[in-house]
Amino acid sequence: MSIISKGIEKIRSNKRILFIGYVLLGIALVSLPFLLSNTVGRTWVRILDFALIYAMLALGLNIVVGFAGLLDLGYIAFYAVGAYAWALLASPQFGLHLPFWAILPIGAGVAAIFGILLGAPTLRLRGDYLAIVTLGFGEIIRIFLNNLDHPVNVTNGPIGINKIDPIVIAGADLTRTHEILGIQFSGAHIYYYVLVLLLMITVLICVRLENSRLGRAWIAVREDELAAQAMGINTRNVKLLAFALGATFGGVAGGLFASLQGFVSPESFVLLESIMVLCMVVLGGMGHIFGVLLGALLLTTLPEILRSTASPIQESLFGAVYIDPEALRMLLFGLALILVMLVRPTGLWPGTTRKQLGNKG
Amino acid sequence: MKLLELKSVGKKFGGVQALSDVNLTVQLGEIYGLIGPNGAGKTTLFNLLTGVYSPDIGEINFDRASLVGLKPHQVASKGIARTFQNIRLFQEMSVLENVMVGCHARTKVGALGAVLKTRASKDEEANIYRQSMAWLAYVGIESEASSLSKNLSYGDQRRLEVARALATQPKLLALDEPAAGMNATETEELKALIKKIRADGVSVLLIEHDVKLIMSLCDRLAVLDYGEKIAEGEPDAVRGDPAVIKAYLGGNLP
Amino acid sequence: MDIFFQQVINGLVLGSVYALVALGYTMVYGILGLINFAHGEVVMVGAMVALATVAYLFGYFPELNPIVMVLIAATTSVISCMVLSYFIERLAYRPLRKAPRLAPLITAIGISILLQNLAMIIWGRQYKTVPKIFSFETREFLGANITDLQIFIIVLSAILMTLLLLIVNYSKLGRAMRATSESQRIAGLLGVNINKIISFTFVIGAGLGAVAGILVAANYSVAHYSMGFMLGLKAFTAAVLGGIGNLGGAVLGGLLLGLIESIGAGYIGDITGGFLGSHYQDVFAFLVLIIVLVFRPTGIMGERISERA
Repeated sequence: MSIISKGIEKIRSNKRILFIGYVLLGIALVSLPFLLSNTVGRTWVRILDFALIYAMLALGLNIVVGFAGLLDLGYIAFYAVGAYAWALLASPQFGLHLPFWAILPIGAGVAAIFGILLGAPTLRLRGDYLAIVTLGFGEIIRIFLNNLDHPVNVTNGPIGINKIDPIVIAGADLTRTHEILGIQFSGAHIYYYVLVLLLMITVLICVRLENSRLGRAWIAVREDELAAQAMGINTRNVKLLAFALGATFGGVAGGLFASLQGFVSPESFVLLESIMVLCMVVLGGMGHIFGVLLGALLLTTLPEILRSTASPIQESLFGAVYIDPEALRMLLFGLALILVMLVRPTGLWPGTTRKQLGNKG
Repeated sequence: MKLLELKSVGKKFGGVQALSDVNLTVQLGEIYGLIGPNGAGKTTLFNLLTGVYSPDIGEINFDRASLVGLKPHQVASKGIARTFQNIRLFQEMSVLENVMVGCHARTKVGALGAVLKTRASKDEEANIYRQSMAWLAYVGIESEASSLSKNLSYGDQRRLEVARALATQPKLLALDEPAAGMNATETEELKALIKKIRADGVSVLLIEHDVKLIMSLCDRLAVLDYGEKIAEGEPDAVRGDPAVIKAYLGGNLP
Repeated sequence: MDIFFQQVINGLVLGSVYALVALGYTMVYGILGLINFAHGEVVMVGAMVALATVAYLFGYFPELNPIVMVLIAATTSVISCMVLSYFIERLAYRPLRKAPRLAPLITAIGISILLQNLAMIIWGRQYKTVPKIFSFETREFLGANITDLQIFIIVLSAILMTLLLLIVNYSKLGRAMRATSESQRIAGLLGVNINKIISFTFVIGAGLGAVAGILVAANYSVAHYSMGFMLGLKAFTAAVLGGIGNLGGAVLGGLLLGLIESIGAGYIGDITGGFLGSHYQDVFAFLVLIIVLVFRPTGIMGERISERA
């Protein structure tokens, strides 16, 4: 272990190797969709898009759960708020068609307000009491979305909202196929680049927050609330800020989801989704940004891999499909969750000893 | 000059009168001790002072302003820093980061500044780092800066708690049984550290079980018994006070 | 007025079931500080096993006395759930007792997903209807209808809950349980076999859960592989409402939640002038929970936790 970490330290200190590393990472990120669509198929680029959106969502929840230590089981509500904000402002539902650069901040802002609305009355609750209240809040939001089709039709109820506008840049609809320099780029492919860019910004924001006065205050509150207060930290404000910022990320991710999918319905925002995002955070390595990224990518792609292998493997082994592949894949998924936590209780990639001395300021 | 003044402070928990009619004053630049048998109300008084509880009656004035009704974080920014009887460090943070958290009260960069890495935020962060390293050096554990705080030895954890409290730049440092569990050498080192802190202009309020330590260190002290102050004054005067002897011989010697 | 009594009766029936399930959550939470997310699925397994047993007996031994049939099915179901819960604790929770707090929560979620899908594979996606082996009389009571089955549910739940309270408060085992929930370390030092007590807690909770599952299936005449999730969630809500870790609180919270839901569903339209319909039944339940917790942060009967410095 120490040899590896020394090796990493060496690479970090060598600017040239670091630069080459970044270039290689860049090339890998740019070429990944080409690789996927030419090997395992085009649908995988789309799966990757959703994985990136979930990664953004998981990073937002990581601020709340990982940094500030507030167990939030209703996080998907903010995702829902962001998605419906986009859907209502850019679809035939109300005939509004605002441009994406206007909706994105509106969605983020509305989600942040919901975060504060949830946080303000509940922050003095401890641990699991907070968990159940956030869970209830998530359900309340979903039930409203599901039923606000009467007496006034706002959300179209369980049917959901259709024909949502995609992101349009310079007159180009990003969900359509475009030809650039003789290469065909599918909509999913273009969205992939947009999402990679946004995810990188998200990661940067998270890293900077973590290594700031505010980030330290969050972690202090998580570790020992009373001691944190004794250090002059206004724990209520700091927690509220965690809720609001986490919600903002969720709102942005929700908007992107709505625009990519072109359709939203309450079904996408059930409790299981909140739980999934929480699993990404904990399984990846709570509080560790890159661990959380890993968790999100794994938990979004694993069920898809299982989906595409559950039937073929049965056929090759037994000559027929005996077990419902959908049930089988979720069964294996549940099993994977249990096994990973048993083998690595602190997550797959927990933060190693926190930042080293000497490169500050 | 008066730094801290308690006027007829009382606190009840259910039917138990934990403190009644306690008056005491800590002068600027003083090391003030607070002793008493178990359950005498020392920790309750400490918690009233630091905003964990609010007194039922009475006044608490600090630096010419009332502390009654303030939250712990407000008390900290008024200039009272504390340590805890059973050490409460931020375990999963490094030693350095623990002290950096202590700088919270005297700094102000928020979320936006951190994300945009503005000039002001970079300067402040560099400043926090420099100050925190200086505080670690002050208590003598700068070589441990990058270790996780939970991995420190017991004595060093106590020192870290003091460094973290000092980083809030207090006028009064309140120490809750800092010598508990220390051996003779560690206690001597602690004594030297407390004297140094006072010499650098910070007043000290000390709760201790170790009567010898209190007597040799404090300028003045008060004795609590059953929630009431039974004596106050200089160590020699208190030592001979009949009420104190009765309280200690009647109860258990600490 | 008869609508009101009808809703009170429905609420009591629903609440009794919630209370039985909530006890399972609250006992485990009291001892381990763990939200046993898989408990709802154990309840579902209880209903499914009982149903499968009845269906089997009905098919192969149709001349058997229905009461014997139900007794055999209930016993099978309770024992299966106890065994299942015992192994869940052994395999998924015990190895993580010293792990970070959220690790066992994730394994609990894993178990929940696992059990739900296992049930779907074994019993299929469709709703299972309960065979009609009994016909229940419907009685009139203060202008409301109540069936013998509903009376049975309320009475049986009350008996089981009393029994549990007696065990916990007056038996040696119960004393060991209470000691363990105060402090595992000290109870261990005093010679309490902690592992045995924790296993026992899970087993008892599972037994009550199995009974609750059977009662729900009987009351609605159907069972489904996904029935445990919402039921578990509501029961957990009830446990928190009453003050989690407190047995009396779980009973009170369960009954209260059942009453709030059914009375709320009956009147929510009138209260809001028709703006909100009975679809908002769950909103009502969660809203009450949030309001209660805002004013009493540790639930109705929860201990006041004062932060000690």
